[in-house]
Amino acid sequence: MTDPMPGLTGPRARHGSTLGQPLTRRDGVLKVTGAARYAADNHPPGMLYAVLAVSRVARGRVTFLDVEAARAVPGVVEVMTHANAPRLATDPDEKTNPFAFRLNVLQSDRVRFPNQPIAVVIAETLEAATEGAERLAPRFDEEPARAALDDGEVFTPAVVGAGSPADVAHGEVEAGLGAASHRVEATYDTPAQYHNTMETHAVVAAWDGNRLSLDLPSQALAMTQMRLGQLLGIMPGDIHIRSPFLGGGFGSKAGVSGPQLLGIMAARLLGRPVKLVLSREQAFGPVGHRAPTRQTLRLGADGEGRLTALHHHTRTATSSFDDFYEAASGASHSLYASPAIRTSHDAVRLDTGTPTFMRAPGEAPGSLALECAMDEMAEACGMDPLAFRLANYAEVEPMTGRPFSSKALRECYEQGAARFGWAGRPLAPRQMRDEAGLLVGWGMGTATFPALMFQGQARAVIRADGTGLMETGAHDMGQGAWTALAQVAADGLGLPIDAVEFRAGSSDLPDAGIAGGSAHMATAGMAVHEAAAAAIARLADLATGDERSPLFGAGNAGVVARDGRLVRRDDESRHESYADILARAGVAEIEGRGRAARDPAAGADYAMHAHGAVFAEVKVDPELGQIRATRLVGAFAVGRVINPRLVQSQLYGGMIWGLSFALHEKAVVDRRSGRVMNANLGEYHVPVNADVPPMEAILVEEHDPYVNALGIKGVGEIGITGSAGAIANAVRHATGTRVRSFPIGLADLLA
Amino acid sequence: MPLSITLTINGEPRRIDLDDPRVTLLDLLRERLDLTGTKKGCDRGQCGACTILVDGRRINSCLALAISHDGAEILTIEGLARGDALHPVQQAFIAHDALQCGYCTPGQIMSAVGLIGEGQAGDDPERVREGMSGNLCRCGAYAGITEAVIEAQRALTSDAEKAA
Amino acid sequence: MNRFDYVRPSSVSEAVAAGAEPGSAFLAAGTNLLDLMKGGIARPTRLVDVGRIPGLDAIETLPDGGVRIGALVRNADLAYHQEFARRFPMVAEALLSGASAQLRNAATTGGNLLQRTRCPYFYDTASACNKREPGAGCDALAGENRQHAVLGWSEACIATNPSDFAVPLAALDAVVEIEGRGGRREVPLTDFHRLPGDTPQIETVLAPGELIVAVRLSADAAAFAGHARYLKVRERTSYAFAVVSAAAALRIADGRIEAARLALGGVALKPWRAREAEAALAGASPGFESFQEAAALALAEARPSGDNAYKIELARRVIARALTLAAAGTPERLPALPGSPFASGGSLHD
Repeated sequence: MTDPMPGLTGPRARHGSTLGQPLTRRDGVLKVTGAARYAADNHPPGMLYAVLAVSRVARGRVTFLDVEAARAVPGVVEVMTHANAPRLATDPDEKTNPFAFRLNVLQSDRVRFPNQPIAVVIAETLEAATEGAERLAPRFDEEPARAALDDGEVFTPAVVGAGSPADVAHGEVEAGLGAASHRVEATYDTPAQYHNTMETHAVVAAWDGNRLSLDLPSQALAMTQMRLGQLLGIMPGDIHIRSPFLGGGFGSKAGVSGPQLLGIMAARLLGRPVKLVLSREQAFGPVGHRAPTRQTLRLGADGEGRLTALHHHTRTATSSFDDFYEAASGASHSLYASPAIRTSHDAVRLDTGTPTFMRAPGEAPGSLALECAMDEMAEACGMDPLAFRLANYAEVEPMTGRPFSSKALRECYEQGAARFGWAGRPLAPRQMRDEAGLLVGWGMGTATFPALMFQGQARAVIRADGTGLMETGAHDMGQGAWTALAQVAADGLGLPIDAVEFRAGSSDLPDAGIAGGSAHMATAGMAVHEAAAAAIARLADLATGDERSPLFGAGNAGVVARDGRLVRRDDESRHESYADILARAGVAEIEGRGRAARDPAAGADYAMHAHGAVFAEVKVDPELGQIRATRLVGAFAVGRVINPRLVQSQLYGGMIWGLSFALHEKAVVDRRSGRVMNANLGEYHVPVNADVPPMEAILVEEHDPYVNALGIKGVGEIGITGSAGAIANAVRHATGTRVRSFPIGLADLLA
Repeated sequence: MPLSITLTINGEPRRIDLDDPRVTLLDLLRERLDLTGTKKGCDRGQCGACTILVDGRRINSCLALAISHDGAEILTIEGLARGDALHPVQQAFIAHDALQCGYCTPGQIMSAVGLIGEGQAGDDPERVREGMSGNLCRCGAYAGITEAVIEAQRALTSDAEKAA
Repeated sequence: MNRFDYVRPSSVSEAVAAGAEPGSAFLAAGTNLLDLMKGGIARPTRLVDVGRIPGLDAIETLPDGGVRIGALVRNADLAYHQEFARRFPMVAEALLSGASAQLRNAATTGGNLLQRTRCPYFYDTASACNKREPGAGCDALAGENRQHAVLGWSEACIATNPSDFAVPLAALDAVVEIEGRGGRREVPLTDFHRLPGDTPQIETVLAPGELIVAVRLSADAAAFAGHARYLKVRERTSYAFAVVSAAAALRIADGRIEAARLALGGVALKPWRAREAEAALAGASPGFESFQEAAALALAEARPSGDNAYKIELARRVIARALTLAAAGTPERLPALPGSPFASGGSLHD
């Protein structure tokens, strides 16, 4: 395999890595020169272009496709429809595990959502394939679409999110509400949102007999390899997936998508390599989305502003043919102390693609509703929003009574509020104006996200020349895995970062687990850490057991690895280089393997969460309603920070997603057809540069001995939580209007 | 009409026989000339990932037919550095972590080079934000992008002053 | 995208001859046409590339003090043309509030005036749209129509015109120079776009093969330069179409309004000139009351075409604010956020 990261050990690389250093991205040069190759940048010899034709109806059957017209287009090689698509070894509707989502890959004429693929046109050029797909002029036997939360029969799913129970209670919620001095009941609506990774889902597939070579952006290489093996009836080990860079993932690239599988099937059908890239519009359907929610919060508080009860109910939607439920109520599990808490969910089935994990799944909409409701209650109690949250600070996890493994949320509140200047905030809304007369509002929200960990593996090698190699099938979708994991590797191997070759992003490397749940750094990082430790331990055995080594007999005192040498712990004048140890032992290289997983005992005994506090300023035009966020300050306690530069970027990104959630993003669905009417980046608004205010993300020191040996909690998602609510609350504070349907738009503020 | 055009791409004159009049500059670069640094994010002029300089001006290459641009001078992300020496905008993007997944980055950088060349924004952050608003970044690297553009603008201005 | 023949005429007369043939479409930059072709909404069988016709890319000062803008002048070049921006600041501000820098660098004067609506039902080829397919019906009427027209719409079509540029041009009595096989003619910009009526597929007064060659503004229009603003309310700070916009220009002498020019964007299928409001403003003293009255007059005939009643009230407020900003005087330099309520640079109310 060619090194996907050529040049990284060249003269431009930085020296002096240790944990906690703000190194610049090691893949930075590749990315700023255009040399970083994403899946669709590949072009094997003989490659054909595949273009999807998709359904315009939400439900029904395909009754006609003008295959002849498509074939007549010069350059078109084949048209793959349900009539001639290769059959799969495993039914793509079979649930081999809860996260093996059902795929719509031309195994029947059935249509289950708008933009479902109904044919693939394969041609010598992209232009011919595109024209061929347009010429198919499909006809449908159409059934009525179920498009909105009110359109379906309500049921309670067995589990929500990644497998949590749908309805959980602790204490007596109704009694708590009954005894309350202040009650708030409010319903918040959040729309369907689409991941809209800048890189749409793509695949370049090449078959060689029963071996399959893929360029495919993946947040879960091993899981994808396994699923593809089952579907295609080949050994997973015969599938090689290269995914050195993802143009964004946000949860939508965790498994293989239907369109990508269709590209693979087309390559098999034609016996030639095939490239298939989704158009932007086609990405609104078959590659997942965040489902809409309607959340009802019922809060009670006593005369001192302490919660007596909290009930968070979420109605959401899944597809007609599969199950994923946005676990928005889960946000209320762990954040605020209350003697009675209930979180519940129900759902309807709609004619959409199956929703899936999308950056801060559950927590993003759930935290927004919870933080708004907390703000409404603070106002009902006549309290400052921060004081109200502090009055309800959870010293232990409220649902279980378990201690937190660490929780520096109080420090987050303090540092964030101080930096923002929160103390000057008038209690009543609509009190502040800027020099131009614009309404100014300040709002805040608490951020929280679970500190998860999955299972992962890594392999370390120390070579005869004293350099190191670290291999793990980790995924970099922008978090900075190429850099931060290399820092952990260099640190563990006791080598300068440039003396470590770091390999990732390929399925032939040890399984690093999935890049999701903000757990990748903890998981892959710990695997790397353990692999390095294993390699160093074997090296130490070689040295300390050899009487010719200056380290001989160090046994109990032990050695430390530093700058390519082992150094006796109790006598630093005695040391030996890795190269010398290996040379004398006559060993070409030694290897260490590492496995990472959460310590089950710690996981059972402690509640593990990252926390933060976000403070937002917005300005609103008093007559025109147009809104602009003008300042965002977050303070986050996320355990150990491996690379503060990259962590800050992750937190900024999350905070901008929060801004987007509060003020911009919404799929506009036609109730009659079920089609998304703004399936483009012109009208599905995500923030542009001018929407993004000056930001700060304070990293609050936090040491957590329980989450994992490195103390890493994860930072990829927490930035959204807190931020969306802070901005919504700031709009309320600016205008006096409480908007409960998101995103908040200018029309909501024209009163 | 013969579909043969000449383009100067990153300083190199190239004669190109177009197989189809529908080919956009973006698809020409990516699918026919193996210049895949320029990215396709929407193909409809709504995201800026495909930004290149044509005759010194930043445009969306997805909405430009190759055949209409016979004789044009094109600069793509691949042509920006001088050997190993990165362009000041490229250096500033790395220094300010103005990128995450990197997919929008070539477009952002070419847009920034265009913006600086236009000379309208200077080092005013608000004008830079507005001037860079044609380039979406879904990861949310905007804060770093704004800082990077301002720093590069200052570096280039000071270079120009030294040269003058 | 369907296949097409490609021709590149070297003169206006060649272009006009080529453009008159059935299935032909003029291509300038293509920023709108290629988008429509990729979406299958426009399907020309022949592209007549007018982009290199000599003589159409000049900005000329006319002997009477007016300006003539060649049809191929790029939006950015016009907006950043110092003399033009000084004399017609609200045109420059409108241009710079539209689209993105990349699109403005490509898009042309003529092309901007011919851009098609952003109605999602026009773009979604599976929806019924009388504009795309006469007689098919209008799915926007009972659909997602919060962004649709409140003035001049018909049961056949409730779409809006997305151009920012056209709004101040309408206010300033710009004239469109058109060349066809029958020779050259001129049409006031306010008459150039058509309201939908029963024929929403006919969007402008251009006959097949007719080509915009220039847009003219008179010296009279430049007399408003001291008090001229474009205000554009939108759902993003930048790179978004107008929900409602207004171009407001005043000539003020001795504390009274001598003359007013006012047009609205985002409310109708054409840039909406508000002549009754202008008449009411003439002779009035600039201020809250006269601006409110003007706003009320401008929207007197407005009615919602769906879930968009808010746009009527919003349009009134946009007018009042735009007039307020105009009365306060054109800023020395275009604001950092052109057309934005967040760039007024001073107090909202003087």
